Parts: sequence; C-alpha cells; structure tokens
Amino acid sequence: MKLTGAQILLKCLEEEGVDVMFGFPGGAVIDIYDEIPKSSVEHILVRHEQGAIHAADGYARATGRVGVCLVTSGPGATNTVTGIATAYADSIPVVIFTGQVPRALIGNDAFQEVDIVGITRPCTKHNYLVHDIKDLARIIKQAFYLARTGRPGPVLVDLPKDIQQQVAEFKYPEEVSMRSYKPTKKPHIGQIRKVVKLLQKAKRPLIYSGGGVITSGSHQELTWLGQTLNIPVTSTLMGLGAFPGDDPLFLGMLGMHGTFAANMAVNNCDLLLAVGARFDDRVTGKVDTFAANATIVHIDVDPTSIQKNVSVQVPLVADCKLALAALKAETEGTLDEFDWVADHKPWVDKVQGWAKEHPLTYKDDTDGIKPQYVVEKIHEITKGDAIIATEVGQNQMWAAQFYKYNRPNTLLTSGGLGTMGYGFPAAMGAQRAFPDKLVIDIAGDGSIQMCIQEMMTVVCNKLPVKIVILNNGYLGMVRQWQELFYDKNYCATCMDAQPDFVKLAEAYGAAGFRVTEKKDVEKTLREAFKLDKPVIVDIRVEKEENVYPMVPAGASLTEMLLV
Amino acid sequence: MSKHTLSVMVENEPGVLSRVAGLFSGRGFNIYSLNVAPTLEAGVSLMTIVAEGDDAIVEQIVKQLRKLVPTIKVKDLTELKSVDREMVLLKVNAEDSKRAEILRIVDIFRCKVVDVSVDELTIEVTGDQGKIGALVNLLTRFGIKEIARTGNVAMRRSMQTDL
Repeated sequence: MKLTGAQILLKCLEEEGVDVMFGFPGGAVIDIYDEIPKSSVEHILVRHEQGAIHAADGYARATGRVGVCLVTSGPGATNTVTGIATAYADSIPVVIFTGQVPRALIGNDAFQEVDIVGITRPCTKHNYLVHDIKDLARIIKQAFYLARTGRPGPVLVDLPKDIQQQVAEFKYPEEVSMRSYKPTKKPHIGQIRKVVKLLQKAKRPLIYSGGGVITSGSHQELTWLGQTLNIPVTSTLMGLGAFPGDDPLFLGMLGMHGTFAANMAVNNCDLLLAVGARFDDRVTGKVDTFAANATIVHIDVDPTSIQKNVSVQVPLVADCKLALAALKAETEGTLDEFDWVADHKPWVDKVQGWAKEHPLTYKDDTDGIKPQYVVEKIHEITKGDAIIATEVGQNQMWAAQFYKYNRPNTLLTSGGLGTMGYGFPAAMGAQRAFPDKLVIDIAGDGSIQMCIQEMMTVVCNKLPVKIVILNNGYLGMVRQWQELFYDKNYCATCMDAQPDFVKLAEAYGAAGFRVTEKKDVEKTLREAFKLDKPVIVDIRVEKEENVYPMVPAGASLTEMLLV
Repeated sequence: MSKHTLSVMVENEPGVLSRVAGLFSGRGFNIYSLNVAPTLEAGVSLMTIVAEGDDAIVEQIVKQLRKLVPTIKVKDLTELKSVDREMVLLKVNAEDSKRAEILRIVDIFRCKVVDVSVDELTIEVTGDQGKIGALVNLLTRFGIKEIARTGNVAMRRSMQTDL
C-alpha cells in the first residue's frame, strides 16, 4: 500500500490504538492536518502548545497509556519543551510529533526552523529526526515502544515537511528489535531472597514508595506486602494513591512537607525498602542523615537511579511489579512459620503513636477560609472518587496532604520539575480520557494564570474540568520561604493585581463562582461539581497561611517546623 | 579523583556524539578526552572516553552511558589489562645547533619525523600517556610551537593474566 508520510503517520497512530491527540497546526504539519479528518484519531485543538503536551501527559498519567501531541516546527516545537521536561522528570510516556522544515532547508535558518532534536536531547528519553521516509513507520513504532517500556518517558519525532509529502510503501512493523535497548525487567531471585531475609530480621521496617509503583501498575502487590507483613508505608508525592491513603499503616508523604510520623519513621527504621522512588532532594533532606540507621533496599527499573543520591546496600534492578510480585511469592510461603504481624507490632505502634502526636493539621481559628479546609471539603464531597490535578506550590502540597488518595492514577501533579501551569491542561487530558469522571484542578492564583487560555479548549470540547483556586493573592510558596528565611522580604510574590476569575470563566463560556466566607465553601463546591460544564471556583483563602510540617532545604528530616 | 578509560560501543546514528557529550556536560561529569571512529561492523562506532571522577561518579557515568538508547556496550577498561595509545603531532623549534639532540631523542623514543623545515621539526609520537608525557617534558626546553593530540584509544588485552 503506497501512502504519503502524513498518511503513514496516521496509520501508525491507528495501529498503536491512539484515540486522541492534542495539538496545534502550522505550516510544517499542514499535510498531517489534511489527513486527520480521514482517520479515526480525534484531534483536540489547544490554545497553546504547552497545553497540548501537558494534556497528553495528563491523559497518560490518568490512563497509564501513551499520550500523544502534535505541533508545528519552530515556535510550536519550542513551546512544548517545558511540558517535555515535565514528563521526563516524572517518567511519563508521551510521544511528541513536531513538524520540521523540508530537509533541503534544514540548517539554513529557514522560516520557523529550530533544531528541536538538539534542544530536547537532554529532556527526552530519546528523539528522532526522520531523514528517510522508509524509516518512518519503524521510527514511530520504536518511539511508542521506548516511551512506555523500561523507565517510561517522552520520545520526540521530528518530521520534515517533504517527508510528510513523499510517498512510500507502508507496512507497520510487527516487532521492535533494538540491540542497544534491552531494559532489565525480571528481578534477580538471589537478591529477592536476600530482601526477604532482611525483612525477617528487621524490627523496624519501612516501605518508601514512589511513582514507579504507579507507573508499573504494582499498587496491588505493594498493598498486599504492606498489609500482610504489617509494614508501615510512606510515599513520595508521585507515589500517592499506590497504597490506600486511609489505611492505618499509611503515614502520608515524607520529605520537605512530609508528615511528622513519616519523617520520624525514616529516621528510626532499621530497614528501608525503597520501591520505584529515586531519593529526590525534596525527599531526603540532608542526605548524610537520611535513614542513617537503616539498611537500604532499592528496587528500580532504572539502574542510574540506584546509588545516585544515597548509598544503597541491596540494589535490585527490575520492573517494580515483577519485583514486588516476586517478593510476594517468596514471603507467601513463610506466612505459617513467621508471624510478621506480631513481630512488627511494637514498631507499628510506635509509628502510629507519632502520627497521633503530630497529625497533619492546621489552626482553624480565624473567620477566614483556610486552604486546607477547602481541600478537606473537596475530599469529603468527592469521597475520594475524583481525579485531582494540581498546579505547583502551596496548593500542590495541601492537595497532597489533605486529600486521601486511595487509588493509583488519581493524582496528576508535576513532581520532579515542579511546573506551574501543569495542572489545568493535565486535568483537561484526563477529562478527555474519562469524560464521566469528576476531574478537579486544585490551583493557586499564580499557577492558574500560566495556562489559563485552555479554558477555551475545555469549553469548546465540552470537557467539564473543575478548577478550584486557593486564592491567597500571593505566589504562596515563595512568599512562605521569604517569610521564614528571608526576613519577610516579599519581593515579587504579591499578586494583588488579579483578573476577575468569575468574569474570566464567563467570558470563555464556563461558569464562575467566588467564595469569600467559610460557610459558603461546601455549598458552592457541591454546586460547582454538579454542573456539567467547566467551572472556576475562586476561593479567597487566608493570605499568609503556610504549609507545615516543613523541613528547611538542606536540613535533616527530623528538623521539622510544625504547625 | 582518578582517570577511567571507557570503551563505548554505539549505534552510529546522527547526533550520537552530541548525546554522549551532552550527557557529560549536562550532568557535570568531567571529560578528559574523547575519541570516536567507525568499527569493522557497519553502523557501529567505538568511542574511547577518558573520564575523571571518584568511584561513585564513574559508576554513574557508566550507568548513564548504558542508559542512552543508542549505546550497545560500555566497558570500563581501567579494571582490566588494556592497551592504551594516543597519537600526538609536535612541532618543535630546531635550529641547527639543537637538531642533532632532538633527533637523538626522537630515536630513543622510537618516534618519527614527519615534516622538516629550516628551523622546525614535526614529530609523530604514538604511545601511552607516560611515554607522551615524558617526551613532551624533554622537548619543552627546545620550545614546542604546536601540538595536536588524538586522545586515547584503548582495547582490552586478550590475556587477562592476573584476573
């Protein structure tokens, strides 16, 4: 079958089972856009390319499938870089197609030309410039394979315009064969047995679970392990939802804004079982004192994550799901002879004592609205059965602390890169994947203004995303640092000049609510969540509320500032 | 800090050199020399990279290199018996009074004179870092006007006698 490059691309997408892509047209991809109406792939027109890549990323996080984004050359391509780096930092499978000037013009500073392969080399898992139409189908097949296997990540394919127009025989490769890319998936059984022995010996074990557990779909294995062996579990921001948030063994998040119980447990445990987590500096605090009394076991599919930031005694390179399943299989046989529950009980009691001593809390002592109260109400109203996206900053931390995530893939947040503007377009992508689910972006008044233009996209595509703005008139997290560590020099963090968010929502054809009194919070949220259209709820919260607990940057986890 | 010689086999696709070099610059790894050329196998190139760092850093470098999609194989030759060679061209001042002495040194070091003029000699030397360092030291007092080095190429020895 002879097809043009543009037709080949769409055929490949159909073969990969892609039902939707987020994109923005331009001269260098007009041939592809010419073919889209003839294919089964739906295209959602965003209002800025950053919206397209975040939406593809949100779609990927919510579904566990590969998200797809299509943009034109030059500025279209560069506008996606922030989103590509976001997906890269959090290991999210996305494939980005960028248009490129015709091959004959490459390198000539042609109109809308940029070396996007060069620009994105450090923030993609891999990227391609298609030189020969004969390679096109193979490259696309490889791109999807690379994006979702091993440690997932974004893969970019740059498509010169003349390649899109050329004609070639089309055959979609059935298999991917790359001698240079063979990620290790199966755990080493000797190492697994070693871990089981360590678990049997440990008096104070702790599981530290990360985003890899969600990516690999191993939340059931993790939950079995924690609950059956009676081991307390703490999670990174990216790992929230992998272990039931309302289980008494769950200690909440660890690290800079982690709970007292989680950080004390890390400091006092004698065995730390790290699964699909990478010891980010926001988690470890001062590295020298992190889990200083523990033997550390580290399970990760990416060997570079192991021994990178902390010294690990038992490395285990494997897919988390296979590793945790192997641990389950090995321990299942010991359940009769070994009383895990009784053995770990004194430790679990101690940890739960810490949780009772200093629970996650806030002082609800003023007439104003506390942002934490709003997040608690959202949890109460949705009963935890919503997909939550967040922006970045205080809103993100409160959304992580005060909403209990019981299921994986329900928190979409930019953990590694910390991208303001991520939440709303990501929520849009998730809403497209799950049209009937309640999808809520918990936002700050600063972050939401970074991709606010996607209001038009959600309205015209009937994606009823709910945006709850915890509006404190500040770039709150930076203001908190300025208050605590920079003598309250609130330089460039006051956002008192603001749009009227209610009118703004209405201008786009969405609904808008403003809440200024505590008694109206619950009622308004309930009303907003019931509407079958996009909504902005602008909630005026206490202006100088802080996120606690807090470990100052570079301090040990035990040096927490509490409420 | 120690020097490690890494032998890296890669798919010879466009941009592979910049992927490797970018890995070093982007992650703050120290690169001492880097040499790339095709191998017998079509489409495969061999890079010899001399990198500096403590053990943990070198371990990261090796792992990060392996993680690059076009990388086929990475060997740290420092732990093995290996043959290391570098080729250097040196242009040295050589007035009549000094010429005989320079030629004697060239002879002792088994180098080659590859270009001659009235007051200059260009010398080709091949050897490991020790030999090249010694020669450069000896010739410095005559005045080295120009130097061009290839960087290391290395290969593991067939017999790993004490392993």
